Amino acid sequence: MEYILIIISALFVNNVVLAQFLGICPFLGVSNKVNTALGMAGAVTFVIVLATIVTYLIQVYILNRLGIAFMQTITFILVIAALVQMVEIILKKISQPLYQALGIFLPLITTNCAVLGVAILVIKKNYNLLEGVVYGASTALGFGLALIILAGIREQFDLVDIPKGMRGVPISLVTAGILALAFMGFAGIVK
Amino acid sequence: MNQLQNFTKGLLKENPILVLVLGTCPTLATTSSSLNGLGMGIATTFVLIGSNVVISLLANVIPDKVRIPSFIVIIASFVTIVDLVMQAFVPDLYKTLGIFIPLIVVNCIVLGRAEAYASKNSVLSSFIDGIGMGLGFTIALGILGAFREIVGSGALFGYKFIDGDGILVFILAPGAFMALGYLIALVNKIKKT
Repeated sequence: MEYILIIISALFVNNVVLAQFLGICPFLGVSNKVNTALGMAGAVTFVIVLATIVTYLIQVYILNRLGIAFMQTITFILVIAALVQMVEIILKKISQPLYQALGIFLPLITTNCAVLGVAILVIKKNYNLLEGVVYGASTALGFGLALIILAGIREQFDLVDIPKGMRGVPISLVTAGILALAFMGFAGIVK
Repeated sequence: MNQLQNFTKGLLKENPILVLVLGTCPTLATTSSSLNGLGMGIATTFVLIGSNVVISLLANVIPDKVRIPSFIVIIASFVTIVDLVMQAFVPDLYKTLGIFIPLIVVNCIVLGRAEAYASKNSVLSSFIDGIGMGLGFTIALGILGAFREIVGSGALFGYKFIDGDGILVFILAPGAFMALGYLIALVNKIKKT
């Protein structure tokens, strides 16, 4: 039951993009087409789950043991950067099709604040490892959900006559705002 | 380019938020009031100036292949300093900004300036670039925060000047997206004419 609450909360109620403002850059950057959005969502899910596990273990077994929890930011960002690089190299070796689908998005993920955000939030919320992984995975799915919905809407923009100043980023932001408004309807399901 | 132009380019022409649209996450998350927005702006400005200066000093020492990880470590050190200082001296603001203080590390503006400017220019130019960009970021956050606070709760810097509740949605998440969208559209319009 607890896990279901975490999943619903991370997916809908506290959606990572629309309610917590994490990962807005890729949210605006790669939401032009549904296909690229799917690729980005897959890559982000993969990295977030992996990063959550690794950073959790580092925090508990190294930083807390040595009493240097203040090194959290530096350690986590380095671990994430290294992890992304490693995933890229491994994917290239073992699965060429998967690499071609996710490859171009991987370098961008280091600066996706959702990854570092989730890693820090898992520690802040005092989750255990399994809860942390469930939270990370459902947050990533929530990111994918928002990304794909926005991409679906933005594909229709080609057919519409948008005022000049509003084209590009502004209209996407306003659309995201209306989307966030819709997601507020989920508020209250989970505390 | 002389130093004055170098300083002012961050304010409007290359404003990191309104024109380059970098660092949108903290922009949206921390502008629920003008004070929060300004606090975040100042914290980011400090990191930006510090990392710009140190990176331009070390640019010749750092091998090209490992420059991005090195830049990130330098930036993360400054973020840790800001994090600890704010925790000690402005605990209330630290609590409201919460997770977005450590997340300055992944703010694209900071790494963007390090890579595009500080690693190629002199210490003085990088210092001025840091101040200009940081100020542009702070001003944009201040405007957005002030707008959302006035419309959302009828107050400015915490002082209420309109009776009643205001349009609550502008303090919540959807208002953040819409306000920034229209602000950027407005800047686009001004720049064209």
